[in-house]
Amino acid sequence: MSIDTSKVADTNATTPAKASKPNPVGAAAGWADDRLGLATAMKKQVRKVFPDHWSFMLGEIALWSFIVLLLTGVFLTLWFTPSMGETTYEGSYNQLRGIQMSEAYASTLNISFDVRGGLLMRQMHHWAAMLFVAAMMVHLLRVFFTGAHRKPRELNWVIGCLLLILGTLEGFTGYSLPDDLLSGTGIRAADGFIKATPVVGTYMSFFLFGGEFPGEAIIPRLFTVHVLLIPGILLALVGAHMLLLVYHKHTQWPGPGRTEQNVVGYPLLPIYAAKAGGFFFVVFGVIALMGALLSINPVWKFGPYDPSKVTAGSQPDWYMGWPDGALRIMPGIETHIWGTTWSWNVLLPIQVLPMVMFTLLLFLPFIESWITGDKRDHHILQRPRNAPTRTATMVALMTAYGLFWAAGGNDIIAIKLHLSINHITYFMRLMVFLGPVIAFWITRRWCISLQRHDNDMLLHGYESGIIMRSADGGYSERHLPLSESRAYTLTARGRDEVFTPGTGVDENGVAARGGRLDKVRGKLSALMYADNVQKPTRAELEEARHHAEHEHALQAGLDHPASGHEFDDHALRTAEDVPLRGAHGETAGAGSGSTSGGAGGQHDDTDEQPGH
Amino acid sequence: MSTTQEHLPAVPEGDEPIPNPGLPAHQWRPTDVDTRAEKRAERQVAALFGVATLALVGFFVSYFVFQVGDNWDTIAGFGASNVMLGGTLAIAFICIGVGLIHWARKLMTDHEIVELRHPASSSEKDRTETVGMVMQGIDDSGIARRPLVRNSLLGALGLVGLAPILMLRDLGPLPGDKLYHTIWKPGMRVVRDVVYTPIKVSDLEIGDLVNCEPEALANGGPDGEPLEGVELQIAKSKGAVILLRMEPDDITPWKGRENWSVQGIVAFSKICTHVGCPISLNERTTHHLLCPCHQSTFDLADNGKVIFGPAARPLPQLPIEVDDEGYLVAQSDFTEPVGPSFWERG
Amino acid sequence: MRLLNRSAGRLSRYRRRPIAGLAVLMFGLLLTGSLYAAFSPAQAGQAESDEALVAKGRDIFIVGCSTCHGLNGEGINSSRDGKILGPSLIGVGAAAVDFQVGTGRMPLAQPGSQAQRKPPVYTPDEVEALAAYVASLGVGPAIPDESDYSIAGLSEQEREEAIVRGGQIFLTNCTACHNFEGSGGAMPRGGYAPKIRGVDPKYIYEAMLTGPQAMDTFSNGNLSPEEKRDVIAYLQSLEDQPSYSGFGLGGMGPVSEGLFAWLFGIGLCVAFAVWIAAHTTRSSKSKVEA
Repeated sequence: MSIDTSKVADTNATTPAKASKPNPVGAAAGWADDRLGLATAMKKQVRKVFPDHWSFMLGEIALWSFIVLLLTGVFLTLWFTPSMGETTYEGSYNQLRGIQMSEAYASTLNISFDVRGGLLMRQMHHWAAMLFVAAMMVHLLRVFFTGAHRKPRELNWVIGCLLLILGTLEGFTGYSLPDDLLSGTGIRAADGFIKATPVVGTYMSFFLFGGEFPGEAIIPRLFTVHVLLIPGILLALVGAHMLLLVYHKHTQWPGPGRTEQNVVGYPLLPIYAAKAGGFFFVVFGVIALMGALLSINPVWKFGPYDPSKVTAGSQPDWYMGWPDGALRIMPGIETHIWGTTWSWNVLLPIQVLPMVMFTLLLFLPFIESWITGDKRDHHILQRPRNAPTRTATMVALMTAYGLFWAAGGNDIIAIKLHLSINHITYFMRLMVFLGPVIAFWITRRWCISLQRHDNDMLLHGYESGIIMRSADGGYSERHLPLSESRAYTLTARGRDEVFTPGTGVDENGVAARGGRLDKVRGKLSALMYADNVQKPTRAELEEARHHAEHEHALQAGLDHPASGHEFDDHALRTAEDVPLRGAHGETAGAGSGSTSGGAGGQHDDTDEQPGH
Repeated sequence: MSTTQEHLPAVPEGDEPIPNPGLPAHQWRPTDVDTRAEKRAERQVAALFGVATLALVGFFVSYFVFQVGDNWDTIAGFGASNVMLGGTLAIAFICIGVGLIHWARKLMTDHEIVELRHPASSSEKDRTETVGMVMQGIDDSGIARRPLVRNSLLGALGLVGLAPILMLRDLGPLPGDKLYHTIWKPGMRVVRDVVYTPIKVSDLEIGDLVNCEPEALANGGPDGEPLEGVELQIAKSKGAVILLRMEPDDITPWKGRENWSVQGIVAFSKICTHVGCPISLNERTTHHLLCPCHQSTFDLADNGKVIFGPAARPLPQLPIEVDDEGYLVAQSDFTEPVGPSFWERG
Repeated sequence: MRLLNRSAGRLSRYRRRPIAGLAVLMFGLLLTGSLYAAFSPAQAGQAESDEALVAKGRDIFIVGCSTCHGLNGEGINSSRDGKILGPSLIGVGAAAVDFQVGTGRMPLAQPGSQAQRKPPVYTPDEVEALAAYVASLGVGPAIPDESDYSIAGLSEQEREEAIVRGGQIFLTNCTACHNFEGSGGAMPRGGYAPKIRGVDPKYIYEAMLTGPQAMDTFSNGNLSPEEKRDVIAYLQSLEDQPSYSGFGLGGMGPVSEGLFAWLFGIGLCVAFAVWIAAHTTRSSKSKVEA
């Protein structure tokens, strides 16, 4: 359908915008526009609309942490020496004075103890890195749970996934730089991971370290990767991510006035600029607070890296924790064949598993759209409960992640909860397979129950908490009708259609190409959709309404039928918030809606409607 | 302003049970209709910005007042510089942020507005035209008609791709047999780590665990000076051992290892066979050695056998004996590569 | 106590501050105090003859310890499963008794489990008597004197060197189990290396000397007395130094840091996001257009 663009408000001003009389700012803007044509480029963007919801700001936490990372990172490079050259520490930290250490570690101590604000910047940089990856993951979960990864946004999902893995790598290279005992232990383990690679592992290790581990090349090389290569790619990808966001316009939750064809919200200038800009300051402030009060990576206590030293609680940063956990619970299996070594105990958990998980993540939108066969654009978000199988899939992945993650801290769990690391390990070996299945099943059934509950509310109203006593002494809870906007919001979702494969045989009796694949697709589609509860049809709603009116008349026992608003604040509200079972046809602006009333029923899944 | 423009027509979609009621009418905020509320919000925002200014002044003052380096000032046991610089910065930034957001929430015009979406795809006409132009361009270049040109170009470009890979060859030397040897040699003394003093059997009691290094770290340089830099690190990363003295009867040596221990003293590589963490978490009562990185557990009384965890190979044992002066020395180098597995190890 | 504290807990390397005189005075007082502490038990011991002390210790031993360790400290193997109920105490020395009983680890609530630190059951006098009795069973490490583990007698430079050396020895021998800050760590099958921060230096010294529970021993032939002293000096210096960077988060390394990043960092940011996007209060009045 088409909408007359000229009738859509794009301003709140009560007077038409007019160029004011020349002033210095205007003159400068004019000068720039003469050369850059900014006015045309910015025309569409200045009042661009962004919908308002807290969950839409999770990605912003990542973005602003990234900015903090860039700022604090530049500060740190001014003093950091990326060198493994040996030096004797003569700085002001007493406990290490006179010790031989690398220049990288010495300069890290220097930043921490002799540069004013250096320790703060180091801690902020590290906290911001932890938040950066965490916020990206929370953002990813929000996107997937609400279906924002569907067409046309699949490529932005892919970019986001690349950002996540690059952010993780960036974190790993960064935390290896100070050359303290903990980070050195991490690099040592990484050397073990690389050496486990079939055929080329040993060569890769020697090339990476510039010789035998630890060599003296790894820190300068990681430094270049950390401050130049990965940040460059990250910046470019962040730019592309934002451009696509602007191009696609943000998704929005269903609600009155929100359609697939529009986006309702606040304009970039001034509201969104103020809110997003304000949020930058808030995120910066929170990170500064953490840097001020919470100690992170106290490298001076670890001492310089020494291949013969180690500390209890040797863990990577949290985002590397889950492959580390997989490594911990993997049984020690190694195959020796034809003079070669296959270290399954390292290869599977640290190389294969993360690759598989990441590839799966990358392809999730494409797998889903293949199963559903849905080729339409989607701009209205789904509530997680309205895609039970998808939600359950992600919860299963999260459960697997969480279990691996917990396994990565098994020693800490053991001391804090007085358990045995051996028992934790055995438990995790079982649970990483069992846990996701249980989580999938529970989540899926939970979502379907919530869907059923939504339908109950639509058909019978919400539970008011008011207990009515009937004339013959029976008690019942009064259900009150939902407001129309609420009811509309609940119904503003599509109906799921299970894909049914064809016969698999074409007209000549020859098996059609892809017939088997279609069968798999049909099965998956049934798994995805068949158990879902569909929203009620118009006919069902009508019937429920008549039923409810009848009930009210019986139950009320008053001299007039209960309107359902005896106990709420409806009378206090001035805004029109027409109850569903009120004067339905008179809804403003919805004149065309009621004409197609009889069309319901054809998708009638009657088995899911209790109470008839 | 007109409300009819904000109320978009609902989209009838077949059997939609409830039509889209359209945007609800705008409701004013107290700050829109009550000047007192408006003034109050204005004062709040200004106060937040004021606090931010004060905090930033505090930041500048903290920078100069609190000392770091040789004489860290402290506040309540914390480093004063870090706490005060970070604290004032946090207050300033959070106040600026909260002020901006409060301003947007309370004072800026807050009518929701509606923008129309356009399909992400190009129009059919643009597509046809663009494809046509691209086809014409390809056609004009004649790349399809001149396979000789095309194929010779592809060949050249393929080699261009190989060049950077070749250029990476000098990143490091080839492994050779470096991973098969350590710095240990027959007769080399086992010395205590850090202090580099040699060890006599009589020094150790049953239950003693000593973190040791090869003596060459202390005198392995060309003129008998201590090793330094990379050489030291590489030697350490393969040569570190632990000595453990237990009841001689507890040891159950494999065939050929009967004389590898001295009066209940055994020496094992300190480098985990899993991914190479140094391990010295020993349980005196069980002789079980645990790796703090991934919890592989080895039984030192039983030839370093793996009894738990992800490691697949036993810990290499260093055969030791006593030299003429009564100090513990290595009988030979390790008999197998130490540290993590690698492809060629077999 | 003053909130703001200049050069707290650090020994200045270059400067003589005005408080140097005060420091000398404090040092003198400390020395006097420690000398007194060192000599006073000896005086008390003279009052009670050694034999009487051993006899008193034996009485306590028979009542409180012999069930597991045997009437003569020879140890008992459980009749049920043949496992050791209580090990032989012959030759463990007074230091072991002072550590085990003085830190409340002994008497054990239940044989077989790892002994936990808890409030001691016996008074210091009783511990002394017990130690004297067990020491009389066989030659073993004696209770260390404070001069064994104190660096008070060294010059300032020697002290600094001792702390640095102690740090290296600590990182080589101790952190693997007890963690870089002495926060403790996990051992196989539910065992654990206890936290060693805030522990009396005497007990740390005794633990190294005697190897309590599953801990390795660091006898004087393994780690010399000076090296043990240096480790203790390093640990002490960690406790004395300000926490430059803020709260230590339990000193558990990256696991607790990750936990704080999620709970505190992401938690606080999301809370702000909820506030930013929340609907503001609405008024029932409508605006009067001017």
